[in-house]
Amino acid sequence: MSALANATGDDRDAKRGVAPPGSSPAITAALRDAAITALIAFGLFLPLIGFKTDVNGDNQLILTTRWPLLFAVVAVVGIGRFAYALAIEPRIAQRRLRPVAAQSPAWRVAWGRWFVPFAVAFVVAYPAIVLATAGFRGGVKWIDNFGIQILIYVMLGWGLNIVVGLAGLLDLGYVAFYAVGAYSYALLAKTFGLSFWVLLPISGILASFWGILLGFPVLRLRGDYLAIVTLAFGEIMRLVIINWTALTNGYAGIGGIPRPTLFGIPFTAADDGFAAVFGLQFSPAYRVIFLYYVILALALLTAFVTVRLRRLPVGRAWEALREDEIACRSLGINTTNTKLTAFAMGAMFAGFAGSFFATRQGFISPESFTFLESATILSIVVLGGMGSQIGVAIAAIVMIGGTEIMRDLDFLKRIFGQTFDPTQYRMLIFGFAMVVIMVWRPRGLIATREPSVVLKERKTIAADLVKEGHG
Amino acid sequence: MEVFLQQLINGITLGAIYGLIAIGYTMVFGIIGMVNFAHGDVFMVSAFIALIAFLILTTWLGISSIVLALLIVLIVSMLFTSLTNWVIERVAYRPLRGSFRLAPLISAIGMSILLSNFVQVTQGPRNKSIPPMISGEFVLFTKDNYPVTLSYKQLIIWVVTAVLLAAFWYLVSRTRLGRAQRACEQDRKMAALVGVNVDRTIATTFVIAAALAAVAGTMYLMYYGVVTFSDGFVPGVKAFTAAVLGGIGSLPGAVIGGLLIGLIETMWSAYFSIDYKDVAAFSILAITLIFLPQGLFGRPDVEKV
Repeated sequence: MSALANATGDDRDAKRGVAPPGSSPAITAALRDAAITALIAFGLFLPLIGFKTDVNGDNQLILTTRWPLLFAVVAVVGIGRFAYALAIEPRIAQRRLRPVAAQSPAWRVAWGRWFVPFAVAFVVAYPAIVLATAGFRGGVKWIDNFGIQILIYVMLGWGLNIVVGLAGLLDLGYVAFYAVGAYSYALLAKTFGLSFWVLLPISGILASFWGILLGFPVLRLRGDYLAIVTLAFGEIMRLVIINWTALTNGYAGIGGIPRPTLFGIPFTAADDGFAAVFGLQFSPAYRVIFLYYVILALALLTAFVTVRLRRLPVGRAWEALREDEIACRSLGINTTNTKLTAFAMGAMFAGFAGSFFATRQGFISPESFTFLESATILSIVVLGGMGSQIGVAIAAIVMIGGTEIMRDLDFLKRIFGQTFDPTQYRMLIFGFAMVVIMVWRPRGLIATREPSVVLKERKTIAADLVKEGHG
Repeated sequence: MEVFLQQLINGITLGAIYGLIAIGYTMVFGIIGMVNFAHGDVFMVSAFIALIAFLILTTWLGISSIVLALLIVLIVSMLFTSLTNWVIERVAYRPLRGSFRLAPLISAIGMSILLSNFVQVTQGPRNKSIPPMISGEFVLFTKDNYPVTLSYKQLIIWVVTAVLLAAFWYLVSRTRLGRAQRACEQDRKMAALVGVNVDRTIATTFVIAAALAAVAGTMYLMYYGVVTFSDGFVPGVKAFTAAVLGGIGSLPGAVIGGLLIGLIETMWSAYFSIDYKDVAAFSILAITLIFLPQGLFGRPDVEKV
């Protein structure tokens, strides 16, 4: 199938003629392309950008036009296409002709070896670096909105990576287990007054129990169907949380969830609080820093467990299952157990992350567990390159950090006027980025994979040799 | 009995809308084996295009004949939605054809997020409601002061759906294009070898899918009179459920699945609980996929080594 796609692609290049870039036929062709693209863009954006529906004072819908904006957008698309056809396309074609280097250069090897220790050292030192550069007040925001937020998604991504990346089971309802973890912690902590550290493993266990429960019926399914059924489970979970108001308080959510303590020392301004015990001046920043290290530890635990599991028989069975289920079964691997352990492990880490989320927010509601969250986590895993833990972390930083940064782009207000609100474009750009990254690198940012078992020499496995995603 | 009959009428109306969307899922899945996640949002976009066309016609051009207005709105919505879906296929799915299986799915999810947020940004997050286009109803019979009615709106939906389905059935089963489509569905490489333009056939499939979704979107707008940017997801999933229930890849299956889902949803709301009506739809989806993955009319998927 891919050979066919390549063949038609090459045909198209041949038909267009290989005019040297910069020559006048090339410019004419590019102009024609740009004109056609602009025309299509005009048709595409005419209804939704050209016209705007507004509700007037009498509660009636009225139409207003936005011709300048429409023509600006069309012009940008046309010029962009022109520049692409003239400047970028020939370069891509040239690069395709260049032979691929057989040996990776020395810096690449060194980079591969030293990247992980450096990255871990950086995230450990991150709060100190931020506090030193941005000051105490500004730094807290960076630790909370960026550090903790991104690390939650890194952890969720690594957890889902076990299910999707290693076992090849496509799960679009991962947020259900996240919700189970969050609600387990919130309800048990509020009802029985148990501490975060007792409930963290309990909510993990409860979530993994649900993972097995939901895993059982879907054992026979694979690929897209599995994705859709897990999506249905995720949505059912959310709808039950919304409607079972006696237990979950429905849309209103659960507030006043107990905060975590450091060996029983709470992070409050009280006399037995953290600041008082250590003789420091009280500041909410200590709790933020503490939470940062908790989620960092949890995320690293997830990564560590995954790395070790890959070398155990069960981890190797997961990867075998991803590559070929029939071969797996012929070799005597119990596919039922293998799939269920993958679901259970993935769900357990989601449960941990969920209870952390609940204790960090102090408030949870069904709004936090929508399908969009599942899609976000899955896209992080796939965009990162399934199975690659570094890739997942990078994708989480790019996608979550990128959308978080949109909250702070005040300088854009100076360009586009005071009414411009960058935050409303967050999800728009998020969706756009998902499409662009997929088209640009269908196998994710880091497509090669590390073998879990090596004989004599460590080699990376090219993306083309990996069959993931069929399970 | 009267309640049942009334719910039957309502359910068929809702089911007709689901069926039209479901055809889009089933056709695309049949031809390129991909769940077009963004299809529900294409449906939502079409409802918005219909809304804007309707406002232009009634408030600016002052067309008073509602039938004429509706006809123009339908055609405009079909045209622009088809263009949208054609561009989506060209930009987001075609480069990924032949790539590994998850890539188009993720791209489609991204497209779905992109479309709903694009509409939110350009048209605002509020509900857009229009005054009822058509009012009036036939009272079929009255029993114990409970009239069983068939409104003009419902009748229009039935008629438009039936006519378009007939035209569509003709297109797929009797024309050259339909033959090319079925050939691509069976074996794309072989179809290319015997001279079928595979790219164009797949693009046409997306265009037809979008046109039917636009009919559904226009009918939806006419029936409920309100649309918002997030309206794509739940009807999308329900229509997908309909496609799966009918056997994905099967066109009559999609229509019958749509009618079944519409009926089940209205009956469930009428007799059990309206809060859990979406749970019912999702449960049917899960149960069908688990116990009857080939659906009612689908071919069983034989696994070969």
